[in-house]
Amino acid sequence: MEGSNMNDMSQFDQGVAVDTIKMQSRGVNVFYGDTHAIKDVDVDIADKTVTAFIGPSGCGKSTFLRVLNRMNDTIDICRVTGKTTLEGEDIYDPKVDPVQLRAKVGMVFQKPNPFPKSIFDNVAYGPRIHGLSQNKSDLEDIVEKSLRRAALWDEVKDRLQAPGTGLSGGQQQRLCIARAVATSPEVLLMDEPCSALDPIATAQVEELIDELRTQYSVVIVTHSMQQAARVSQKTAFFHLGNLVEFDETDTIFTNPSDPRTESYITGRIG
Amino acid sequence: MLWILLTLLFLGTLGYVLGRQRALASAGGDRRVLHSLPNYYGLNVTLLTLVPALLVLGLWLIIQPIAVERSVAAQIPAGYMESVENPTLLMTEVRRLAGGIDDAIDRGFLSPEEAANLASDTDIRAQLAGAGVALGSDVSEEVLVAAQSFRALNATGSTMMLIVVFLLAFAGLAYAYARTHKDLRARNRVEYAVLAILMGASTLAILTTVGIVLSMLWDTRNFFQLYPWQDFFFGLEWRPSFEGDSDLGLIPLLWGTLYISFIALLVAVPIGLFAAIYMAEYASRRVRSVAKPLIEVLAGIPTIVYGLFALITVGPLLRDYFAQPLGLGDSSSSVMTAGIVMGIMLIPFVSSLSDDIINSVPQSLRDGSYGLGATQSETVKQVILPAALPGIVGAVLLAASRAIGETMIVVLGAGAAARLDLNPFEAMTTVTVKIVGQLTGDTDFSSPEALVAFALGLTLFVITLGLNIFALYIVRKYREQYE
Repeated sequence: MEGSNMNDMSQFDQGVAVDTIKMQSRGVNVFYGDTHAIKDVDVDIADKTVTAFIGPSGCGKSTFLRVLNRMNDTIDICRVTGKTTLEGEDIYDPKVDPVQLRAKVGMVFQKPNPFPKSIFDNVAYGPRIHGLSQNKSDLEDIVEKSLRRAALWDEVKDRLQAPGTGLSGGQQQRLCIARAVATSPEVLLMDEPCSALDPIATAQVEELIDELRTQYSVVIVTHSMQQAARVSQKTAFFHLGNLVEFDETDTIFTNPSDPRTESYITGRIG
Repeated sequence: MLWILLTLLFLGTLGYVLGRQRALASAGGDRRVLHSLPNYYGLNVTLLTLVPALLVLGLWLIIQPIAVERSVAAQIPAGYMESVENPTLLMTEVRRLAGGIDDAIDRGFLSPEEAANLASDTDIRAQLAGAGVALGSDVSEEVLVAAQSFRALNATGSTMMLIVVFLLAFAGLAYAYARTHKDLRARNRVEYAVLAILMGASTLAILTTVGIVLSMLWDTRNFFQLYPWQDFFFGLEWRPSFEGDSDLGLIPLLWGTLYISFIALLVAVPIGLFAAIYMAEYASRRVRSVAKPLIEVLAGIPTIVYGLFALITVGPLLRDYFAQPLGLGDSSSSVMTAGIVMGIMLIPFVSSLSDDIINSVPQSLRDGSYGLGATQSETVKQVILPAALPGIVGAVLLAASRAIGETMIVVLGAGAAARLDLNPFEAMTTVTVKIVGQLTGDTDFSSPEALVAFALGLTLFVITLGLNIFALYIVRKYREQYE
């Protein structure tokens, strides 16, 4: 039942994706020193869609994810060429402040990384920095809304002042998602968000991702092909720094056009 | 002495070779059958040969002089003991005469028989002086008798020591050799011995601390028997005079110590911390690789050199450009001078430790903050510094301990005048400087003026101990919250 449901969704999204492309990359190359990590990648990220990046370890999918919010800027030896736009605006334009960009393109990391602060302060971190609240009750509203959106509110509402590091792994990851959601981003990047979580916490986070799709466009890097199939509508397959294939998730998993994609999803490379 | 050690070493080596051979022989030459590597069997025999023998040797060398001295002192007639001016010097005289006679025999001036027949009516002092041994006074009959008995006891003691030590070494060798067999767990035994050495080393460090405290406690107790403790702890005057009737109040010294340390920390903590933040978060690898060692050079400068810098540069500078124009005094030695120079000395402590601590904050926290659109300085202020706080507090308290114990910079920078004053351009002094002052020159260790040094030292020890405990408390408290 779930499968057919997703099928319907994908078809619906396809119709939307044609006219609302949120982010677009053309001819993106990334170099780490002398290493050519990403080679000439073109990707369109559609609005209100979950896009999955899959591929074997070291294929460049995380590197490419970090191109989308300029996190690679924090690495000295990293160089990015090509054009990437957010709603038509080049994000690598010198006029663009990467700090502002990252507020619009939020990120959730592989390992849950709550700050050594209270749960409340963790979620309020972004809104405080960007001045998103008028007053204290406004801030409390944002925190509550974000925690609700991350499906964590009921578990932590009585202990908002407890340290965020005291939560369980799955709760910590949802706290990080709440933290990212609190700055009202337009795009949410997730770098293997479930790889440090147990199956139950993974299921909760996946359910959450599906819900987040109603508000944001989500890009998720994952090692698990089942996860890509479950949560995404579009899938990009990376191999050795190349974007091999980018299509509807169903097409990639049932009828891939490139033999390398087929090898990977059937388990022959990876 | 040397030949005893060499012989023991030889026995140990012999034991090693024998043990190794026997183990191999018991396995029929196949080392795979052995429980442990052949070396361990050898080492096992060596250890059993050497360790008991060396332990007894060491103990014997400590106990024998004490025992001999006791028994000789008991032999000296009580009447004679009372007739000499200074009974404590009598034993020194006995020891010196006994040593002199032995020296004379070693150099061939006296035969052992002549030495045994020395009589007090001959001029022993002159005889020994001829042999190159100088005695302080003429030798009396009683001292000569005591010295001869001292020599005799020492000779028997040494002989017995030799016998016991070598017996033990042979016994150990024989026992271990007999036990050596392919199934013996030689590896575990040798590792147990290594464990004992490690434990011994840590115990020694702890015992030394205890010993230092106990010796200070003893002299401090003596001090408080001569000088009321209320006057020491609450006295507002420091005016020692060696004719007696001194004022030995702690407060002015403590005030100077805390005032100078406070200014030093006021200089060192912000500069050190900012330098650390720059080094850890902003500096490129190239800048870092040059600048960090340069800052750490500061830590290698001897404090007396800092003192000279305070004396000839900083002091006059502060006096000419701040103190005199502001009408705050005209002394180049001042709390400010010592505090600033000491602060410079402490910068590398704070910066180097804080740098390491900031670097150990996980990169994932930085990424998380940048990923939310925080700038670098927001990340430092709101994420990195709170996470690194316990370690930074530890670094600051360590620097404070250093500041409180510093002496040379204070002597040259702040002078030696004990004074209770708020004006930072006045000369003041610290506890450490006064400890040095009270113990240099001719001191009589039974006067409160000298003994006060121990009370001061113990006070400093307690203060730094308190600081360290406080640091531990802070670190623990925050660690619970943040990990």
